[in-house]
This record gives sequence, C-alpha cells and structure tokens, in this order.
Amino acid sequence: MLGFLKRYARNPAAVVGLLLVLAVIGMALSAPFVFPRDPLSLAGRPLQWPMDNPRFWLGTDNTGRDIAAQIFHGARVSLLIGLVATVIAIAIGIVIGAISGFYGGWVDDVLMRVTEAFQTLPNFILLLVLVAVFGSDITFVTIAIGIVSWPPSARLTRAEFLTLRNREFVQACRVLGMRDAQIIFREILPNALPPVIVYASVIMAVAILLESALAFLNLSDPNVPSWGNLIGAGRGVLRVQWYVSAIPGVVILLTVLGVSLVGQGLNDALNPRLKGR
Amino acid sequence: MQILLLALRRLAASLPTLLLILVGLFLLLQLAPGDTVDALIAQMGGGDPAMAEQLRTFYGLDAPVVVQLGRYLLRLVTLDLGFSAIYGKPVAEVILERLPVTLLLMVSALSFAFAAGMALGVLAARRVNRWPDTLISTLGLVFYATPSFWFGMMGIVVFAIRLAWLPAGGFEQIGSGNTGLTRVLDIAWHLILPVATLALTYLATYLRIMRASMLEVLTLDFVRTARAKGLGETAVVLRHVLRNALLPGVTLMGLQAGTMLGGSVVVESVFALPGLGRLAYESVVQRDVNTLLGIVFVSALLVIAINFIVDMLYAKLDPRIASGR
Repeated sequence: MLGFLKRYARNPAAVVGLLLVLAVIGMALSAPFVFPRDPLSLAGRPLQWPMDNPRFWLGTDNTGRDIAAQIFHGARVSLLIGLVATVIAIAIGIVIGAISGFYGGWVDDVLMRVTEAFQTLPNFILLLVLVAVFGSDITFVTIAIGIVSWPPSARLTRAEFLTLRNREFVQACRVLGMRDAQIIFREILPNALPPVIVYASVIMAVAILLESALAFLNLSDPNVPSWGNLIGAGRGVLRVQWYVSAIPGVVILLTVLGVSLVGQGLNDALNPRLKGR
Repeated sequence: MQILLLALRRLAASLPTLLLILVGLFLLLQLAPGDTVDALIAQMGGGDPAMAEQLRTFYGLDAPVVVQLGRYLLRLVTLDLGFSAIYGKPVAEVILERLPVTLLLMVSALSFAFAAGMALGVLAARRVNRWPDTLISTLGLVFYATPSFWFGMMGIVVFAIRLAWLPAGGFEQIGSGNTGLTRVLDIAWHLILPVATLALTYLATYLRIMRASMLEVLTLDFVRTARAKGLGETAVVLRHVLRNALLPGVTLMGLQAGTMLGGSVVVESVFALPGLGRLAYESVVQRDVNTLLGIVFVSALLVIAINFIVDMLYAKLDPRIASGR
C-alpha cells in the first residue's frame, strides 16, 4: 500500500489531478457556508462583469444570479451526478460482465448481444430518449446516465472473468462446494476489480460531460445549479457577455481533467511496468 | 474474398442486435407520457377528444402495443419508416433530407481527428518524455476534458464574433444562390468550426492510442531488423511501424462511430446545422415517436456500416487477419 502511494506521488500529473479533484470536493463541501443563499435566487443587477463588483467576483449571469455561488453549488451537483452514475454503471457492468464471463455459453451470448445493442446505439441519443420518456428530474437524469454508460465496464469485467474462471483457486472453490454466487462475488470479483475501478474514472469523466451536454440542451433539471445549465443560460448573451458561459466551461474542463489524471495515475501506480505508455 | 465472408458474417450477426434495439426502444417509447396525437393537438392549440380518437385510428395508435410493434417491424423490412405527424411527410423523407449534413460533418470530423491524432501521436512517440511529447500529451488531455459544445461556443466568440473570420452557424449562406464550386467552398467555410468542435475529443483519444501503440511497436524485433539493414528513421517509422501501430486506432474508429453520432446532436445544436442530430433533439422535444425510432434505426445502420468498413480496412492493414481464418 505504501509502495503504491509512493509510486502515485512520484507522478506529477497524478498529483495535479488529485489536487484538482480535491479542490472541487472542497468547493462542494464549502458551498453552503461560503454561499449560504440559494444560488438560483436573484443576487444583484444582471450581467455584471467579473471583478466589477467586489460582491460578485465572478460576476452575475443574465438573470442576476451570482456566478460564483452557482459554480460552488454546481460542484456538488456535478460530483454527485458523476459519482452516483458511475456507481450505477459499474454495478450493472459488473453483474452482467461477471455472469456472462463466468457461465459462458448461451447466457454469455444473450448478455453480449444486449451489451452490443447498447453499444451500437449512440449513447447520447439513448440518453435523449430516456430523458424524453422519464422526464428530466435530477434523480432520473443521473440514473439514465448510469444506464447508458455501463457496456464498457461489462466487457472489461467479462474479459477478466474469462481469464480467471479456470484458475486453480476457482477450481478449489468448486471442489469445496461453494455456491456459484459465492465464487463469483467473493472469490473472483475481488481479483477482477482493479482494472474496472480504474476505468471508473473514465465513466465519471464522461458522466459529468454527458450531464453538462444535456443541461446545455435544456433537457436536464432546471431547478438545480448545474454547470451545464449555466453554460446554456449564457448562450443567449454569448455575443458580448461571453464570460457567463466561459467560466463554468473552464470549471468543467478542470474537473474532468482532474478525474482523468487521477484515473491515469492510479493505473500507472497499479501497473508500474506500463508507465510511460 | 475470405475477409469479405468474415465481414459479411459479422454483418449478419449484427441483425439480432438491430432487432433488439428496435423492439427495446419501441417498448420504451410506449412508456412516454403522451403520444404523437397529443403533441399534434397541442401544436394546433387544442382539440376535442373525438378528433383525438379519430387521429389515433388514422395513425394506428389505437391498436394493442404488440400489434403496433409487429406492424412497425413489418414495415421496416420494406424500409418504410412510417409517417411523421409533426413534419407532415414520410419519416424516411425527413431523415434523408437531414442525413447528408450529418454524414458530411461526421466524415470530415472523423478524417480530421484521425489524421491529426495520428500525426501528433507519431510526433509524441518519436520524442517520448521530452518537451514535444509532454506538450502534445497535455494538450490531448485538455482536449479530452473539454465539453465539445463549450469549445464550439468559445470558437464562435473568438472566430465569428471577435475576429469575424468564420460564420457563427448555419450550413450555407441562405439565399445566396451559390452553385458549383462557390457553393462547395461556402459550405466548407461554414463547416470549419463545427468539424473542429466535433473532432476535438476524438483527436485526443486517437492521439493517446497512437502514441501508446507506436511506443509498443517500436520495441518489437522487426523494427530493430529494419534499422539494422540500414533504413533511415523516417522509412522505419512510415513503412514499418506506422502500419502496425494503426490497428488499434482503426478499431477505435469503429467503436466510436456511435459516440460521434451522439456528439453531433450537441454540435449541430450549437451551430444551428440542419442535421440528423438536431432532428433527434427536435423529435424528442416534440414527442415525434416515429421520427425518433427512424433516427435510431438509421443511426444503428450507420454504426453497423462503419464497423463493416472498419473490418475490411483492418484486413487491408494486417493481411494475417484475412489469411488466419
């Protein structure tokens, strides 16, 4: 464990990523204290440029809401959506991948067909359909993002299971008379998990981007202070007050960058031989 | 010949997938609140229930779900995608009108992302762990993390509003009556920003894949042999390493075809392009189930077609795949 931390800390990019992620987490945690007021309420005169008014150091948007407050509260929304959607996607992926890789045969065929169907369908278009059907409440948007993001993790888990299912320790478990569910989740899964966990960072990055794209199209929940909503709101005043859209975009960029760097750092630290590739 | 058979077999294997998608989506859309008739009536500004019933009978919406599904699939075999109540014409026609814009956008973005990603990846691999590599890799990471619609909007601010070099949106100058070469140039000029926006994320992925696989191939024995027989570095990279390093990138191209179609929904909306993605968005908003299903069908077909081409390309690059079977 210590060696792992050391390897991680020696990678400057991974450390920068960690700092970025910690900064976003810090923003999310401190939001209710730094900006106790509702970030979606009227705060002052609309469209004040950043630094013009010391009260609004990131300015106000076209409906007079404080941009800095929306950024801080938006961090909570983005992190929450990213985390929950990733957990959903990984959970579905692990179950489907594990069953499919462990049993093989027709079960594998059927499950892989379903996975393929999800992969053939452009995931953003599927997301649009899901939101159209079930509405754009924030809970459902999060679930929908999880639902469209699971196929890669299923394939990854399946590949791991295929290489593990005939190892001696699994055969030993069978001889001991363990039930399939026990073998799958207690014995094989822990060994198959590391690459899937690393891949989770990719899913989380994509989940944050998907939500922001949805919000930009006005199809996400308008009642939460999400970064994508702010970019969408700034679209109307893009010509002159471009900062309304620019600021949240930079924040999304830095967050996604941080998450990807952490994922890459984890990967390098777990597979030291592959570093530099 | 063998490779064609192999690719055709893969093509046949994708038919059940396609069926699964259509059935799944059809059933899913049954759960949507309100149907086309509701949307139509809302658009007309209200109407009485008797007329609604009449319209439902006219569009076949009064039959049980299973019957509707059966009818829909039967019609699909004859490539009849149904009738769009919102646009007042056959769905196939609506989609065909929009398809060329999206295809042009996707093909241009894919080619640009692939070419630029390849070039930058090779450059980074040649200077591995030195400043050009660090610069290119960092740039790749930043591109990957940028929301594409935001990049498009900032592109509009800089190039269309501040510098006034490029148009802010649209597919071509409306009412200019351009024909021939002038029209082609006009469209190309309008597509610079959208193509760059859509290509950005993919460029980053190709760059990373290309760099990794170049580094991997560069350590193989045949590269040492090529160097030992006195080939120059450029010849080694271009003729021996590149061809082998291309394979993962080509695979990725097939895998990402679907994602790119999804990305074009957003990009077309930013730049007001009359393409398939915008149509998908509009039909979601307008509950135009027939059009939405048609778009999904066409985009699944597109993805399957692209994967077919990728299979063929793969065999062209690596003859072992064709002969190994």
